[in-house]
Amino acid sequence: MQLLIDGLLIGAIFALAAYGMALVWGVMKIINFAQGEFVILGGYMAFAFSQAGVHPFFTVPLATVSLYIAGWLLYRLVIFRIVEEDLFISILATFGISILMQQLMNQVFSADVQTLDSGLDTWFLFDGNVTVLQIKVVSFATALVLGVCLAVFMKKTRLGQAIRATAQNARAARILGINTDKVYCTTFALNAAICGACGALVLMTWVIQPFMGLAYTIRSFMIVIVAGIGNVAGVVLAGLGLGAAENFAGFILGAEFQAAFVFSLLVVILVWRNFTLRLKRRYLE
Amino acid sequence: MNTAERNLALYGSILIVSLAAPWVFPAYQTQLAFLWVMVLFALTWDLVGGQMGYTSFGNIVFFGIGMYVTAVVQRNLHFDIEEYVHVAGAVDMLKPGEYLTGLFLGLGASAIVAVIVAAVLGLCILAMGMRGQYFGICTLGLGVAAGELASGWEYIGAGSGMVTPVFPERLGERGAFFYYIFFILAGIVFLTVKWLYAGRFGLAINAIRDDEDKAEAMGIRTTRYKIVAWCISALFLGLAGGAAGHLVGFIDPTEVAFAGATFGVWMILMAILGGKGTLWGPVIGAVIFHITQEVFWTYLFGWQRVAMGALIVGIVVFFPQGIMGWIRERWPERFGYRVQESTISSASEGGGA
Repeated sequence: MQLLIDGLLIGAIFALAAYGMALVWGVMKIINFAQGEFVILGGYMAFAFSQAGVHPFFTVPLATVSLYIAGWLLYRLVIFRIVEEDLFISILATFGISILMQQLMNQVFSADVQTLDSGLDTWFLFDGNVTVLQIKVVSFATALVLGVCLAVFMKKTRLGQAIRATAQNARAARILGINTDKVYCTTFALNAAICGACGALVLMTWVIQPFMGLAYTIRSFMIVIVAGIGNVAGVVLAGLGLGAAENFAGFILGAEFQAAFVFSLLVVILVWRNFTLRLKRRYLE
Repeated sequence: MNTAERNLALYGSILIVSLAAPWVFPAYQTQLAFLWVMVLFALTWDLVGGQMGYTSFGNIVFFGIGMYVTAVVQRNLHFDIEEYVHVAGAVDMLKPGEYLTGLFLGLGASAIVAVIVAAVLGLCILAMGMRGQYFGICTLGLGVAAGELASGWEYIGAGSGMVTPVFPERLGERGAFFYYIFFILAGIVFLTVKWLYAGRFGLAINAIRDDEDKAEAMGIRTTRYKIVAWCISALFLGLAGGAAGHLVGFIDPTEVAFAGATFGVWMILMAILGGKGTLWGPVIGAVIFHITQEVFWTYLFGWQRVAMGALIVGIVVFFPQGIMGWIRERWPERFGYRVQESTISSASEGGGA
């Protein structure tokens, strides 16, 4: 029960990061290998703001805004060159960015593990058998609210519609007068901003460390694969499921294998996905 | 000079320089030995990543496996396991004969294990038709998972790693000994890939890179070629890993064996820098990169990995064709391509495709 609740609460954050990845993937056809580094950078931003005397809760919007700027800069510097390049280049470029960010954070913020105390209490349920940190509930709610806001933004606003149109067919969108470069730029920055919010939440509920980014990239990727691009409900379910599964694995196998579990699960899921695709293809024959 | 004479002069001078190098620069023997490891890394990565077009981030897995298998074989041959784990480093010296038997048995075992692992992974990943970004991220996951598993496994020392047996002094200098081992190994790799690229195999994997579906439709057994290429790459990486473990002397699961953040990235970077999909590109890239990296290490300590990340982005975005690719674009006639005037402008616009 304890494990399940913890897992579900943390899973919402995974789902949010995965939603950002699906956005970039769907619109720009780029798998952002630096996704996890954005999350961690968001965490460090929140950490830096709180060091400067900002109340923990206000670090979330601040981290979001600062990551939006970072994402915008990164797009203008590097990403716009690779949007319509071939696969190989986009993989390697985002991979390079992830290494760069990882090491930069290591230099600037040192390799120590950081966390931020939100100053919230703990709830005891069922005669103290189950403890729920209030901050986890708060971050769960924040993640959900952000997710809903995003979904509404994509459905209702002009920009959201432009983004969806570009995702469907970039060339047709361009012919119809959509500035795809601007759409790409906004999408990428938006994704960075989502990651920023995730990072700030992770900082308060868990810990961050410069080299933890890759795990978030892998988790987001897994969730997107399982759910499919553009399937919001699926992303949320898969995110919650992953959170719970990870917590159970950490409990059963021991904490030192939790990271190994995440990465091995990725391989298993990918192999399974290809296996089922293959079966489907054979059926069509 | 005709081509044969020129080739002879080229290979001859490389051979002489390489054989003499450890005696000319005795202080840098270890670094020079690692130069050949780097050449080997770049060549084996390029076999799958460049010539076959499967961007792998996890080739380091085989390197780590080789390292651990060799060390375990040598440990189990000569020592009581319990004693070895607990007094790591303080064990008795081995006689030269024992050391060599252990080393070469270990290398053989590591080659076999690496190939088996590669074949199994190939059957799971490549035979299922995983491609492109999926393959990239899957291998990335594999590399990290292997490191995490190794650092949780007690039998091979878990997070505190393993120590390889002390090098017996009677065999001469350790740096020079491993320098020649790696030189021979890198030479074998170079000749093997040269031979492979010259024949049917090279054409087949290039066809897979250019258009896999078409290649399959033309009757090439793509799955078989993919797995074989992956296994060849694993074979040499396993051997290199086994010997490299002894050169370093200490096997740390995530920093030395499954060092995705250093070796794993470098092998990709070197191949692209030199020009992926060419024979000489990875060699040139490795040499240039290794020297640059040693300089970075000396003058930019702490920031060298940041510089590495920036270098990857820079090379990939602005210079994706690499050195050899650039030369080929600049002087295509040297490579036997006949270029019509009208196509040159469009070719240079297209970049390093």
